[in-house]
Amino acid sequence: MRGTTPGKVLGILALLILGAGGGRRAAAQAPPGWANSSGEDPSGTWAPRFDEDWEERIPGPEIGDYLGLPINDAARLRGDAWDAALVELPENQCRMHGSDYGWRGPSNLHIWQDVDRATQTVIAYHTHLSAYGAEQTIWMDGRPHPPDYALHTWQGFSTGEWEGDQLVITTTHLKENWIRRNGIPRSDLATARVHLMKHGDYLTVAVIVYDPIYLTEPFIRTTDFVYNPQAQMAPWPCEPVDEVDRPAGQVPSHVGANPFLDEFPARYGIPPEAARGGAETMYPEYQLKMKQMKLLPRPAKVVPNR
Amino acid sequence: MRQVPRGSIWGLVALALCVGFGKARAQQVSRSVGAAPDYSQAEVHILPVQGNIYMLVGAGGNITVQAGNDGVLLVDTGVAPMSEKVLAAIRSISSRPIRYIINTHIHPDHTGGNEAIAKAGMTIAGGNVVGDIGASAGNQAQVIAFQTVLDRMSSSNGPQAFPQAAWPTETYTTPERKMFFDGEGIQIIHIPTAHTDGDSMVFFRRSDVISTGDIFVTNRYPIIDLERGGNIQGVIAGLNRIIDIAIPEGIAGADLQEGGTMVIPGHGRLCDVADVVFYQEMVTIIRDRIQDMINKGMTLEQVKAAKPTRDYDPRYGATSGIWTTDMFVEAVYKGLAAKPGAAGGN
Repeated sequence: MRGTTPGKVLGILALLILGAGGGRRAAAQAPPGWANSSGEDPSGTWAPRFDEDWEERIPGPEIGDYLGLPINDAARLRGDAWDAALVELPENQCRMHGSDYGWRGPSNLHIWQDVDRATQTVIAYHTHLSAYGAEQTIWMDGRPHPPDYALHTWQGFSTGEWEGDQLVITTTHLKENWIRRNGIPRSDLATARVHLMKHGDYLTVAVIVYDPIYLTEPFIRTTDFVYNPQAQMAPWPCEPVDEVDRPAGQVPSHVGANPFLDEFPARYGIPPEAARGGAETMYPEYQLKMKQMKLLPRPAKVVPNR
Repeated sequence: MRQVPRGSIWGLVALALCVGFGKARAQQVSRSVGAAPDYSQAEVHILPVQGNIYMLVGAGGNITVQAGNDGVLLVDTGVAPMSEKVLAAIRSISSRPIRYIINTHIHPDHTGGNEAIAKAGMTIAGGNVVGDIGASAGNQAQVIAFQTVLDRMSSSNGPQAFPQAAWPTETYTTPERKMFFDGEGIQIIHIPTAHTDGDSMVFFRRSDVISTGDIFVTNRYPIIDLERGGNIQGVIAGLNRIIDIAIPEGIAGADLQEGGTMVIPGHGRLCDVADVVFYQEMVTIIRDRIQDMINKGMTLEQVKAAKPTRDYDPRYGATSGIWTTDMFVEAVYKGLAAKPGAAGGN
């Protein structure tokens, strides 16, 4: 347990005085690690909203859909070679998403604080996502990140600080994971910065991924939640089993050309060149360029929307 | 945050210069790196792992320390010039005698400290042993390795790069050797024809930690020392063995597929089984691509030109230094193209 220092006592007094004059202003000026008293504190239970990116998030992305991703050739080729059967391997069946991606899943979200009893300082926030039971700790006490030879985890090592009304989380020590769930990877050398923005009963989570291995520019995307005090944090039992009888050590992949890459651009009338992604495809002006590109013939039988 | 790779690179430089992958490779290393490395500023870092186990980083290859009431057991000893710093690090963990050193393979970034560190230790010896061969039998730690490590260190056919005092004092020739020390069972597992032909992995059963040697590293493609009996198939077999042994953590019936058994790689950061799975998938996929190209009759140059590793190169590849992507592709190709039993050599 941390001791109470004179500085912290003065800080508490200052916070109380400012709080009496206007909670929101006090919160914006609260020093890092202090409980936010103006309602921006993200603690509580939250339910996901899927208005944004439904196709990618819930049915799952199409094979070969790299649109809007600032990826390099290496990431593109990882995606091309990826075979969904990889997820069938027992060692991958219960593999949880990284803390930069887990917000995207069909998960309720629970956020809570650890508060020092004596000083009422927020030591850490914790997040729990019902999908895979992923649990992240966000240290608010200013501790340093571990050395680079320490263990990497799915959730990584996270520290947080307040920037105005936003809780800004910096995460390192991540294991490899997804950028998009069709084989586009995010490396274990990436850093993520997450902005938690509470506005009324809504919580917006903006994730920015910096990956020196597979991204040419930082990649940002947002995910929304709505406050739901009745949200159930259901268990996520997962026990790997042998789903397919295959030789030990076999790793499914497209060793040669992936025959399915044209299906996505053909089905949706998107130029195959655009489907390959890249930083350029993130920006609105790319739509003008797309108009000059050739399309593949649409398949005779149109697959109904999912 | 401290940077570790410098020590690792130096270890590999020592590896190439002292033992080498042949004269030409040593010359290549000399050209690309220049003067002999200066270890005066290098530091050894201690990372507590779990149970009785610590990981020492910065002395060449990673060193595993098991410390308990019976004394200290090491897996590998780093490069020779770092021995004093390694000993100081060990002394900060335990004041008890160093009893055993297990070498995962022959390369001097893992065995360079054998002589100095073994001399600082003391074997548990008494009774007939002392009576037969004298009290000096207990004056150093026992050094355990697979038989071919001793064969190569003591070979009269090649350069005597290893002083006799660095040689293993105890070898094994079976698929596995078992021992009990510091209150836990220890399995020393031989993986044939992998990084070399003398690879051992060490599994600490109660602490639940595997020390892999260079069969598993996190900072480059696996080095396959063809001249000393290495082969890509053995590396993959070794990675599969790690995955088979390791058990990830679980909570309330949910397999988290991380944590649990800790894995100390030959080089790079501390890992668990999920990290090994990523690496095994990468190595296996590249092996499968190159095998497919060989099956289609492609020459080595054609395979290199096809860049079968290009999606993993930003993470594991190198265009200069002692283990380039080209060298890795060549080693995989030659290992797969060789007739069964012809891989490696003396």
